[in-house]
Amino acid sequence: MMDFEALTGKLAEHLGGPLWTETDPSATPGALIIQPENLLKICEALQKTEGLYFDLLSCIAGLDNGPEKGSMEVIYILHSIPYGHKIMLKVMLTRNKDQEPLPVVPSVSGFWKTALWHEREVYDLFGIHFEGHPDLRRILLPSDWEGHPLRKDYQHQEKYHGIKVAY
Amino acid sequence: MADKIQYEYHPDHLRNSEPLKYDPAGLRSEELLVNIGPQHPSTHGVLRLETLLEGEVVKDVIPHLGYLHRCFEKHAEALPYNQIIPYVDRMDYVASMNSEHAYAMGVEKMLGIADQLPKRVEYVRVLVAELNRISSHFIAVGTYAMDIGAFTPFFWLMRDREHILRLLEWTCGARLLYNYIWVGGLYYDIPVGFEDRCRELVRYLRPKIDELQKIVIDNKIFVERTANVGVLSIDTAINYGVTGPMLRGSGLKYDLRKVDAYSVYPEIEFEVPIGTGAMGSTGDCWDRTWVRVAEIRESLNIIDQVLDALTGPHKRTREFDPQAMVPKKIRPKAQDFYIRAENPKGELGFFFRADGSTDVPFRCKARSCCFSNLSVIAELAKGGMIADLIAILGSIDIVLGEIDR
Repeated sequence: MMDFEALTGKLAEHLGGPLWTETDPSATPGALIIQPENLLKICEALQKTEGLYFDLLSCIAGLDNGPEKGSMEVIYILHSIPYGHKIMLKVMLTRNKDQEPLPVVPSVSGFWKTALWHEREVYDLFGIHFEGHPDLRRILLPSDWEGHPLRKDYQHQEKYHGIKVAY
Repeated sequence: MADKIQYEYHPDHLRNSEPLKYDPAGLRSEELLVNIGPQHPSTHGVLRLETLLEGEVVKDVIPHLGYLHRCFEKHAEALPYNQIIPYVDRMDYVASMNSEHAYAMGVEKMLGIADQLPKRVEYVRVLVAELNRISSHFIAVGTYAMDIGAFTPFFWLMRDREHILRLLEWTCGARLLYNYIWVGGLYYDIPVGFEDRCRELVRYLRPKIDELQKIVIDNKIFVERTANVGVLSIDTAINYGVTGPMLRGSGLKYDLRKVDAYSVYPEIEFEVPIGTGAMGSTGDCWDRTWVRVAEIRESLNIIDQVLDALTGPHKRTREFDPQAMVPKKIRPKAQDFYIRAENPKGELGFFFRADGSTDVPFRCKARSCCFSNLSVIAELAKGGMIADLIAILGSIDIVLGEIDR
């Protein structure tokens, strides 16, 4: 098992330079903070490089920092079963205002099929669009639900098919 | 309005709130769209499967989830860390102790008190978690046998599960949703005499597991029904994030109790059973079920060793206070944290973001094992018979409370 510094060193060497904006070693596991356009390159290197081989995508979590901060994040937790490495990727996004299109992240479902459902969940609850996802539909909420509930400024609708939503 | 009878047929009654993925009008003449669930006993809860058939052969399966969505993550953003535990119980409601254990461990590691806990607390946690693991596997194997036509094992296993639930009820008063493992400790120490009752249970269960092995696992009808059905290769399993007995059934020795070596598991000796394709191909439904039964035996071994510790080096003392380390205020410093643990069904993970200024997590995401395990179902069922789809779904061992959260 490589520690976080060795891991980032090997990754930077393979990518020809650090493609991330900064690192967050205080996170558990240690995290890379990256821009959405570099995500696929980093994922490919993480999955395919000899000695890294991140084959298990444990979890994708969305995160909304609220309208004041105006940013959202998508967090990937990756594990390598044969080597025991672990890493966290944090993709930073600009939060969309009313009437603007949803923030976009490239889909990693080409590398890990786990992402097929996890990205649908993030889309459903946060309203983040995953470009290149083959079947991006809501998964936990009904397809005609309004809004994305885990956003910090979410207001639930008054009625759903004649049923009062507030309890 | 008064003379209208609402029960009489109207096409609107069949309107789906969740639209189908396949358009019935666009199907070829030999294709048929069959809807299974959400109120179907073999879906183990409220899961709806949209199934595209050609004759009896399954061409595609599209699961529709969310019928049991209770907004766990939204609730968690409004509650202090310790008050989230009852909600964690309600995710996987047949293995609450295991989920509580994972959650409490995560918060303790964030607070930095994980290594200061009394050893007795850790051993009691492992004891109740392993008891709960056995009862969860009993449900998995029992309902699975019932799904494919064997009724007796279900009653036998439910009877034995009841003995476990009564023990767990004795610790905290609740049969299923315990709130027993707290952040920093336990609600109570185990009751006086609990260790003896556990020993009695282990003594009682060992022959029953052999009996189960004979009547279900080695039964010719069961083998014929499950061997070579729903074969899951290791590569596909890992790529879909499948973990737990399903991944081990496919032949990979990957158990987080060994890999992450959390709690007191490194001090305990136990084997990690894996599927070998003894009756058919590696990773078929039989392998998955066999792994669960083998894990029950290992859990009994673990319980034996834990009881030795709880009556020997870490035995009950007058001074022992299971709540001694429970923090008055749970305020972890600002950080991102991911914890995972081996639940009966796979890797249960919690992602936390603490902002350092409140007692409430800024974000608490639960990585559900059944959610990822279920996502592989289309891969397993395609090209098989529709009757095999039921056998495959049962062998995945899903709990909808955890999938929908």
